[in-house]
Amino acid sequence: MHISKRDGIVAWKAWLVRLLAIVLALLVDAIIIFAVVRLNPIDVYASMFNGAFGTEKKIWFLVRDLMILSCIGIGLAPAFKMRFWNIGAEGQMLVGGIMTAFWMINFAGKVPTWLLFVLMIVSALIAGGVWGFLPGLFKAIWNTNETLFTLMMNYIAIQLTSFFVAKWENPPGSNSVGVINRMGDVKNVGWIGNMFSKGYNADYGWVAAIVLVLAVAMFIYLNYSKQGYEIAVVGDSENTARYAGIRVRNVYMRTMAISGAICGFAGFLAVSAVSHTISTSTAGGRGFTAIIVAWLAKMNPFVMILISALLTFMDKGASQIASDFGLNEYVSQIVSGVILFFILGSEFFLNYRIQFAKAKK
Amino acid sequence: MEGLLSFLSSFPTLLHSGVVFGTVIMFGALGEILTQKSGNLNLGVPGVMYLGGIAGLAASFLYENVFCPGHGIEPVAWISVALSLVSCFVAAALGSLLYSFLTITLRTNQNVTGLTLTIFGSGVANFFGGSLNKLAGGVGQVSVKVASEAYRAFSFDLVATVDSWTERIGFGLGTLIFSYGFLTYVVLVIAVGLWFFLSKTRYGLSLRAVGENTATADAVGINVTKYKYLATCIGGGISGFGGLYYVMNYIKGTWENSGTIEGLGWLAVALVIFATWKPLRTIWGSYLFGVLYWMFFYVAGLTRSSQEIFKMLPYVVTLFVLIMVSLRKRREDQPPASLGLPYFREDR
Amino acid sequence: MHLEKAIEMKNITKRFGSKVVANRSVSLTLYKGEILSLLGENGSGKTTLMNMLSGIYYPDEGEIFVNEKPVEIKSPKDAFDLGIGMIHQHFKLVDVFTAAENIVLGLEGEKGKLDKGAVAKAVREIADRYGFEIDPNQKVYNMSVSQKQTVEIVKVLYRGANILILDEPTAVLTPQETEKLFTVMRNMRADGKAIIIITHKLHEVLAVSDRVAVLRKGEYIGDVPTAEASQQSLTDMMVGRAVSLNIDRPLAEAQTDRLVVEHLTVKDKEGVKKLDDVSFVAKAGEILGIAGIAGSGQKQLLEAIAGVQRAEPGSSVRYIEPDGSSSKQLVGMDPLSIIKKGVLLSFVPEDRFGMGLVGTMSISHNVMLRSYRRGKTPMLDRKFPKQLSQKIVRDLEVVTPDIDRTPIRRLSGGNVQKVLVGREIEQSPTVLMTAYAVRGLDINTSYTIYNLLTEQKMKGVAVIYVGEDLDVLLELCDRILVLCGGKVSGVVDGRNTTKEEVGLMMTKLGGGN
Repeated sequence: MHISKRDGIVAWKAWLVRLLAIVLALLVDAIIIFAVVRLNPIDVYASMFNGAFGTEKKIWFLVRDLMILSCIGIGLAPAFKMRFWNIGAEGQMLVGGIMTAFWMINFAGKVPTWLLFVLMIVSALIAGGVWGFLPGLFKAIWNTNETLFTLMMNYIAIQLTSFFVAKWENPPGSNSVGVINRMGDVKNVGWIGNMFSKGYNADYGWVAAIVLVLAVAMFIYLNYSKQGYEIAVVGDSENTARYAGIRVRNVYMRTMAISGAICGFAGFLAVSAVSHTISTSTAGGRGFTAIIVAWLAKMNPFVMILISALLTFMDKGASQIASDFGLNEYVSQIVSGVILFFILGSEFFLNYRIQFAKAKK
Repeated sequence: MEGLLSFLSSFPTLLHSGVVFGTVIMFGALGEILTQKSGNLNLGVPGVMYLGGIAGLAASFLYENVFCPGHGIEPVAWISVALSLVSCFVAAALGSLLYSFLTITLRTNQNVTGLTLTIFGSGVANFFGGSLNKLAGGVGQVSVKVASEAYRAFSFDLVATVDSWTERIGFGLGTLIFSYGFLTYVVLVIAVGLWFFLSKTRYGLSLRAVGENTATADAVGINVTKYKYLATCIGGGISGFGGLYYVMNYIKGTWENSGTIEGLGWLAVALVIFATWKPLRTIWGSYLFGVLYWMFFYVAGLTRSSQEIFKMLPYVVTLFVLIMVSLRKRREDQPPASLGLPYFREDR
Repeated sequence: MHLEKAIEMKNITKRFGSKVVANRSVSLTLYKGEILSLLGENGSGKTTLMNMLSGIYYPDEGEIFVNEKPVEIKSPKDAFDLGIGMIHQHFKLVDVFTAAENIVLGLEGEKGKLDKGAVAKAVREIADRYGFEIDPNQKVYNMSVSQKQTVEIVKVLYRGANILILDEPTAVLTPQETEKLFTVMRNMRADGKAIIIITHKLHEVLAVSDRVAVLRKGEYIGDVPTAEASQQSLTDMMVGRAVSLNIDRPLAEAQTDRLVVEHLTVKDKEGVKKLDDVSFVAKAGEILGIAGIAGSGQKQLLEAIAGVQRAEPGSSVRYIEPDGSSSKQLVGMDPLSIIKKGVLLSFVPEDRFGMGLVGTMSISHNVMLRSYRRGKTPMLDRKFPKQLSQKIVRDLEVVTPDIDRTPIRRLSGGNVQKVLVGREIEQSPTVLMTAYAVRGLDINTSYTIYNLLTEQKMKGVAVIYVGEDLDVLLELCDRILVLCGGKVSGVVDGRNTTKEEVGLMMTKLGGGN
């Protein structure tokens, strides 16, 4: 057997391979589910479908979660395009969330709402940006390993979140912040959905709209802007970048600040539009999942939305079968894990060609 | 002053807690050092620890609560322990095998594959952990009493004797050193053994060559693929014991899904950096991490919020070490040079 | 005296792809207890031939005998088992290991425990026997290039090699280190080992070897006992008679100074001088050829001028405006500063994908590399590079499926080079530097490139052409600057010089005079 690198693969074949991988993954998942619950897998998948699309509310939840996941992926895109392993989205998101909650808790009703939003958004962008900029800075100057640096920054952010949760806990002793601005004079202040109309779908509609705009903007930034071009050149060859007069260090720092800022913005969305609270699970591992999403989508924001949709669908569906068939909710992580393994593995067949050696004469 | 005194008096207890958590972290880190020395950066450590923990627990549970009652016999401690140890190792190694197959044979990205393994492993563990809880009749009810007690057993006589020797200094040295289950000492043997393997044997030399300069290792005839697979799978098995230790020794043979294992798993990754890939340094490093983890509990006058700042210490210290290492550029402290890179011998 | 054959290669042919023949029916014999020099210019097929002995390549045709028995060498391990050890130009050592650890690496057959004491002792024995200076416990990253080379040689000997092949071992050594190496080689010969040394330095050939075999353009020219050879006779064998290429060489009217380089010194990361006090003038309206053995400082010269490499203090590169009004100091500026000063420097680097092109991007995205800053908006102007790409593809007859989708890496070498040269010329430079612009290209493409360069010269551009084929340099360039070991060994008039003259200057040690 001989393995060689492929020059490229036609688009339809590539998608066929990926589709095949997903189908195979669903089959394996079906086998796992069957082994555990001994039910007709078709029923189980029907139940999953119901869990994701069953009611209008469920669809809104699906849209909301997939959009937040995509938002983080969009944030990671410029860093990955530069071949910079930012695995610190979890932390960047959390610090963005902390800043958002800070203004909501302390300044709701004290400043005009529009100003409150400006403060929330700007500070979330800055906080996330700083969290991304630091590893970029150290990479640029001392070539400090960015994977390990951003990983540590995650946990510093998590502890920082715990610190503020303890500080802002409400009611005292609950060890949680509770829903911010739930009632009274400041009812729903700082909730995005409350700006124009009310209800959860207003919140989530805003999330979807904003993230779609972000996706378009990021697509344009990466593919049509001068900075996006510089990122791509640096990612492929630092020497070529230097040759063309691109200042590589600056690109590292600038790009990581942007990457972190968007992840911080995802934290703003998670707090202001979704949970209206802050906790260590505000990011909830999505910062890590988004890495996989961004990588599999090859940094294309629209493909990210597709992959996010698939993963969120599996997540919602698995929760549904968990409740329908009396399993626990962690089944969704297993199901997603299997799908991701298969999609990851399928990349091999896109990049390499396997030839079985002909018998020797 | 009073705060300092109370802190000092509680110091032995703090050290004791530090050793327990330190052991979990040390298992994880030692396995990951072995893995990373082959050039594989496996961010699936938390997932692997989860897999090891649940598999060990499930094996003991099935033996003690299903097999033995079914046959009307009393569970035997050593059998239950042996079953859980073997299952733990096998399950964790299998998880790493999956990672190895994807990254080494299919050449997928190591970071992404490792993270997926963490998601998958914690899913599997918490899923079955939850099911076990349900089988046992409710949360916190999984009881593998026999195994857990065996895991935590130590010689009271020895502890009492040594304590009495050190009575005069008001410090229970026996309690501090001898009051843990056997795995606490096994991990030290593994640390020394790993150090010996890496620095004193030809196989260790070959393994390090694979992680440092894969092409050179290949050129002198070392079977790169075999080394990578073996190091990653055995490393995963060792990391898995961290999860088992947590389950059996710390939460006494039950299951909880508080996410503590995941947190400790990431600390294990941090410890690898902190110890600059040296097994012997993980010994004091892990106890230091364990102590830092619990410090907040023993420093008087901390509010609940400032306690959280204290818990940040292990990560901040690790970050500091990471920066210093890249700043000083001492060659012996650097990560394996091929860490994270796929290897593909294009021709032949 | 030399009766027993250590190696015999018969009618060896090796092709790469369908067009390139690296070795054509080469027959070569090596006797036990002799040092054979394998002499030839860059690209004459020396290394390829030797790689077939070390198991890296497998011949398409021909037979190999080792110790007078027919063998098949399919992998480095086969070569190793036959007692053949090759020391490559790029050392294969693990930096963080000691010399001894590198030497025993991979030898797991012996017992598992690593007995550092015993290894050190064995290494010292080898060192004493042949006169190496080596500290078995020194880490490789602390070693000089010559020490690393010593480790490589001892590694091969420790594994029991009787036939040693050294690929240009002196290229990285100082004269003193070279002398030491030769002493060691003579000791090994006395011990009955057979040695092949690949080189293109004539005085070394004469100093160390018993016999010289010469390759030219992949073919075996012949061999002579060293005692009967002279520098002149070997040069003749190596470069052959001058071949007429009929490259057009018009004389540009006005030639004014464009780049004035003075005392240019460049050191590499290890602090070794790669370019030593180089001074010359490049004129508008001429092609200045740079000749020299590979690695004589050509790369550093061009990169230092382009601002990609840092030059040592005291270096000066003055750029004189076309209208002669003013001059600018380029040393100390990075490429962006140079661009911003309005200096239009074009540069075709040696390693196209390592520097100069982005392999994963399309033609038009690569063409953009020089012009993407155009326009005031933060957005890319995609129309202009597209039109430019179309023009380049049309004018230079680039064969490509498209200009905006296919990654440039997938085009053939000639087409890639056309795009690169085309882009650099299209920015209407005042200075055009090219490094090995025709390497790996077919004849037609090569002529296209020569014509382009001449065209630029006639437009008043100062063209600097780093080349390896002396025939081309002699017919294309107005003046030729010869580099040797990072120093200028002379500047000659391209119209009056001879191949022999340039060849001798290239191999003259130390340069100057």
